[in-house]
Amino acid sequence: MILFTLRRLIGFAVTLLLAALVIFYLLDLLPGDPAQFILGINATPESVARLRTQMGLDAPAHERFIGWLWGMVQGDFGISYTQRAPVAQLIWDRLGVTLPLSVFAMVISIVVGLPLGIVAARRRGKALDTGIMVLAQTGVAIPNFWFGMLLTLLFAVTLRWLPPGGFTPWHEDSVAAFRGLILPSLALALPQASILARVMRTALVDVTGQDFIRTARAKGLTMGEAVWRHGVRNALLPVLTILGLQFAFLVAGTIIVENVFYLPGLGRLIFTAISERDLILVRGATIILIIAVTATMLLTDIAYAIVDPRLRERSAP
Amino acid sequence: MGKVLQALGLAVALTGAMAGVAAAQPTEVRIGVALEPPALDPTAGAAEAIDIVVYQNIFEGLTRIDQNGAVQPGLASEWTISEDGLTYTFKLRDGVTFHDGTAFDAEDVKFTFDRILGPDSVNAHKEFYEPIETVTVIDPLTVEMKLSRPIGMFLFDLGRGDAVIVAPESADNNANEPIGTGPFAFLQWDKGSRVILEAYGPYWGEPAHLTKATYLFIGDTATMTNALLAGDVDGTNNFATEALAVFEGNPQFKVLVGTTEGETILSTNNKKPPFDDIKVRQAMAHAIDRQAIIDGATYGYGVPIGSHFAPHNRYYVDLTGTYPHDIEKAKALLAEAGLPDGFSATLKLPPVAYARLSGQIIASQFAEVGIKLELINVEWAQWLEDVYANHDFDLTVISHVEPFDIGNYANPDYYFGYDNPEFQALIETLNGTTDDAKRKELAVQAQTILANDAVNGYLFELAQTGVWNAKLEGMWQNSPIEGLVLRDIRWVQ
Repeated sequence: MILFTLRRLIGFAVTLLLAALVIFYLLDLLPGDPAQFILGINATPESVARLRTQMGLDAPAHERFIGWLWGMVQGDFGISYTQRAPVAQLIWDRLGVTLPLSVFAMVISIVVGLPLGIVAARRRGKALDTGIMVLAQTGVAIPNFWFGMLLTLLFAVTLRWLPPGGFTPWHEDSVAAFRGLILPSLALALPQASILARVMRTALVDVTGQDFIRTARAKGLTMGEAVWRHGVRNALLPVLTILGLQFAFLVAGTIIVENVFYLPGLGRLIFTAISERDLILVRGATIILIIAVTATMLLTDIAYAIVDPRLRERSAP
Repeated sequence: MGKVLQALGLAVALTGAMAGVAAAQPTEVRIGVALEPPALDPTAGAAEAIDIVVYQNIFEGLTRIDQNGAVQPGLASEWTISEDGLTYTFKLRDGVTFHDGTAFDAEDVKFTFDRILGPDSVNAHKEFYEPIETVTVIDPLTVEMKLSRPIGMFLFDLGRGDAVIVAPESADNNANEPIGTGPFAFLQWDKGSRVILEAYGPYWGEPAHLTKATYLFIGDTATMTNALLAGDVDGTNNFATEALAVFEGNPQFKVLVGTTEGETILSTNNKKPPFDDIKVRQAMAHAIDRQAIIDGATYGYGVPIGSHFAPHNRYYVDLTGTYPHDIEKAKALLAEAGLPDGFSATLKLPPVAYARLSGQIIASQFAEVGIKLELINVEWAQWLEDVYANHDFDLTVISHVEPFDIGNYANPDYYFGYDNPEFQALIETLNGTTDDAKRKELAVQAQTILANDAVNGYLFELAQTGVWNAKLEGMWQNSPIEGLVLRDIRWVQ
């Protein structure tokens, strides 16, 4: 188990380094100059050149890459070009929105998706099963932003129960902050819950036909007890994999949802930073996201290995 | 799914219980704006989003531009100009303080202009102030500026956001903590979300009606619509024309349609064949049907223009009839230019609705005379680099929003690539002329030369279309300068 974990950790570190390389050099190739962007359409070439020098943009690429990497190792992500503030601080402030948003969405999708999947599996072939699966299919197909808009129209514009968007900082009014995240979390959770319901149903249906369920029934458990005690636990394995993968989708979804609900989250920060060519900010934020996604996958792998000892014997790819 | 609905119902019921729809305080206003400023120092960045928040609210200049584009006294209460137009003496207002409590005096004025003109300056419009040779402090409330040559627009230029007065004690932090002398002081900036200003008690002038103003950053049109309808924002200074219909005829809102300084043009690379041939440019001008573009790209809100000048300006002359829409004439001119079968070119379009839509309509209009356009969508940063900085383009659609920016055509290195010595001499004379009647005559000449030369395709002046709560008064209908001035905004019950 220790060896397995170690191997995974090394793989994790290599992935990050490669990602840093790719992010840095790809963004360097993007046309567009942050200095030109800041000074706009009437600036003289001299002013732009001066600002480039002030921002340290005229150093060779490999020097800037090494500097950036070395800074990050020490926790210094640099200073944003356009906002003139530390990148780490800017990202940290945004995580206060994006992290709870992703977690709420994850929780909602688990709390809604898994029970629905279990119910559908238990009522396999019945109307309820068909109904749930049709809904799940629809849930996957509906785009986040459109569902978000529908929620806004109903709960914010018509009923006026919840704000149509925006965010009050936690320390100012935590109730208002929470209320601001309800609709976006729902919009973000819908496709996730649908996927989870389908995966849970399929996994449970697979498990129900297996020997250990028959053994459990033979020991006198009812079908419901057998499924609940032995089936669900085994069916959770594929669900766990999906959950790990879903995190990446959630992160992608936040960009869209944060735009629809004008939330000051990480997704929107990256979106704006790209358009303004604030490359140092884009790089910092992207690396943070990649760390989050790869770390989640690493933890999923390890959790999987703990749940299913057979996996530890396999060599890690 | 029943469970989902129950869960939803529960969540809604819980939050509904906690929610009281906040009644708008009659002294506070929440304004939705599309773009968040990257920083809040108007003297170190060109983004209009900066001026929208700070101009005349947090910061003030020696002069200020009013709603009609006229120059009014600002931090300078009066001034005298020498006979030769080279020496300006400004009397400063007494008792003015910056929001951090420090006093405003002549030293701050000197500091401000030394900073603009200094070697490390990153002022986006340094060229406007380049003719200032010396700034001399006569006494704490008197400043003298000496120019190397007369500038007709000097008092206007002093009223721009680029020349607001900043203090040596605070200037370095203005990007994130702006400190000015205006009626509103900066309170907080939740990045990505909002900027909050509050009325500044010791303000030297007429106090503002509002106690607090919050700018909320909402980029998406549908979201802005919902935020207005839900009452979460009280108004926006410029709303997408394609969705204006939602608010017209709704008694809870007022739609303010006014003018801007944005000449929307089909910028043409005059240095690059075939556009270096005036016959080709004239053919393009005849191929353009302005009204069709205005109807399609601005839902009818733009005002047609025939040269690079704002229709609401008192020097304006209507030149839209110079090359009327005439397909046969366009074809004949192309044949005269040796291109009877037309030609192919690229049209680079920045990511704004008016440009993308205009581009598609222009492409179909040009196709009728044999000019085949390939539309290339670009981001802003790419547009600035390729088109503006490197002149790597054939055609582009863009709105030039600077007030009185016809002088750009006198710069042969500007991205239009227009090099006309006659025009350059004319602009030099205009810049050095302070007599109003003479200035008008010269401005009319300048407009006429550009129209006749068909330097660019002149399409329309962008409209400003504000949507506001019907109970709000005092917003600027027109936008003669970049900004959203809060001074006069108030609630009327």
